[in-house]
Amino acid sequence: MAEILVLVDHVDGEVKKVTLELLTLANRLGEASAVWVGAGYDGAKDKLAEYGAQKVYVGDEELASYVVAPKAALLAELVGSKSPAAVLVAATGEGKEIAGRLAVKTGSGVLTDVVDVADGFVAEHSIFGGGIISHAKVKAGTPIIAVRPNSIAPEAAPATPAEEQVAVTLSDADKGAKIVEKVVEEKGERPDLTEASIVVSGGRGVGSGDNFKIIEELADSLGAAVGASRAATDAGWYPHSFQVGQTGKTVSPQLYIAVGISGAIQHRAGMQTSKTIVAINKDAEAPIFELVDFGVVGDLFQIAPQLTEEIGKRK
Amino acid sequence: MNIVVLVKQVPDTESPRKLKSDDNTLDRAAADGVINELDEYAIEEALLIKEAHGGEVTVLTMGPDKAAESIRKALAMGADKAVHLKDDALAGSDSLQTSYAIQQALGTTGFDLVVLGAESTDARTGVLAAMLAERLGVPQLSLANKVEIDGTSIKVQRQTDYGHDKVEATLPAVVSVVEKINEPRYPSFKGIMAAKKKPVETLDIAAAGIDAAQVGLANAATEVVDFAEAPPRAQGQIVTDEGDGGAKVAEFLASKKFV
Repeated sequence: MAEILVLVDHVDGEVKKVTLELLTLANRLGEASAVWVGAGYDGAKDKLAEYGAQKVYVGDEELASYVVAPKAALLAELVGSKSPAAVLVAATGEGKEIAGRLAVKTGSGVLTDVVDVADGFVAEHSIFGGGIISHAKVKAGTPIIAVRPNSIAPEAAPATPAEEQVAVTLSDADKGAKIVEKVVEEKGERPDLTEASIVVSGGRGVGSGDNFKIIEELADSLGAAVGASRAATDAGWYPHSFQVGQTGKTVSPQLYIAVGISGAIQHRAGMQTSKTIVAINKDAEAPIFELVDFGVVGDLFQIAPQLTEEIGKRK
Repeated sequence: MNIVVLVKQVPDTESPRKLKSDDNTLDRAAADGVINELDEYAIEEALLIKEAHGGEVTVLTMGPDKAAESIRKALAMGADKAVHLKDDALAGSDSLQTSYAIQQALGTTGFDLVVLGAESTDARTGVLAAMLAERLGVPQLSLANKVEIDGTSIKVQRQTDYGHDKVEATLPAVVSVVEKINEPRYPSFKGIMAAKKKPVETLDIAAAGIDAAQVGLANAATEVVDFAEAPPRAQGQIVTDEGDGGAKVAEFLASKKFV
């Protein structure tokens, strides 16, 4: 079976769910080899084994001290020495950048924000705000594919990976952008927005920053992440980093609950591939209702707290 | 400081966006063209840097004739001059080829700083800044939500999934910006009038030193195999709240085993 490289996405050793999704996908297409860069490997190796990494390539910790380039250099080294059939990375901001640099280094085609990969490395995209499904493939070099988080269901497939240390010599250009400080913002107990199975988002209808506690309470009752529409982040009611939409985060959870969000294209582009969509909005004509599996027309200040209470009762 | 800001004209997200059935490329005629939203933040950041440190802002655009509208808007916002890379041979280029073409065009302008939006609203690949930095061999200061320059030293705050990284480098460099780094200005009447007199240089691939065999749809490293409209979502159930709306949603969620 052909070897498929999976770059592990993690924060200080805490492996992101998307990595487990990529390992599952890689084992479907060939044999998954995980590629590790950065601190915390010892605490993470069991997780990689549990989800089917057949091999793990471990790069020097120093590679994580500079923006993106060293990670691409390590992958390029492995593409050269191991001739993998493809390289998979998470379609996060950084993952896509690593993919881009690797494509230049190896003269390969790159496909980003992919939602599925079939035999022959035919990649599926959901484009233009989810309105069109397209398929694409790489014609030159090694396919480099960035996969959108939450697109593949991760499956445990215990393996006993062989470990290999990989050395790569960094050029001065690779070390041009030095990370002098890494600031991890407190996100509390809530899951990451792009990785969450359930997302509850608030929009213009929420009316104020204080009122966002209604959204947070609903989210917490479901163990969900909190998101916000652009109208809400523009108004300063919720931090910009929680914006779901065309110029913010793209999410694809099992369940998306839109509260007080009209559903402009700006927002739909960021959530349209969610599996189940629920909306609460006072305007029966709001475009969000065209997408929903279940919608309630009414006052969110009545409906959302009642929903939170009902969920509490059912626990 | 020689600041080059990359501007892409994209189909307006408010108008219907399509692919062409003959070659699976973007149908640029089907929708109104506008400046890619994040590029407006890039233009603003370039202007702010010029205002603080002096220099000149050059707009660089690759695209068909129609892209000239976006160049005019960028000049009206305050950029000093523009280069329009325009050649039929470039049509259908993918990200790898586009980064090569822009690298070549930057060879004609020179630069201390290249500024661009982190992602376009049409292709949404988010790879161009990284590819350019790789090709140019200069620091990649991407996903920036704050930029500080002091002489030739540059510091940016890089937006990450967990918060941000503080990054330092030395010019020349490539900077890509995210939303909210600034508040893009509207062109003033005076700016619009002045834009008409600002120089716009047109480059074809020969003038930019671009090898025709390395660009264009036929030579792309990727290809769109097919596309179709997404199946419409089945019409869901919509109810009007009669005091029990929250309970009804809870019932629905329970039926789907979410609670």
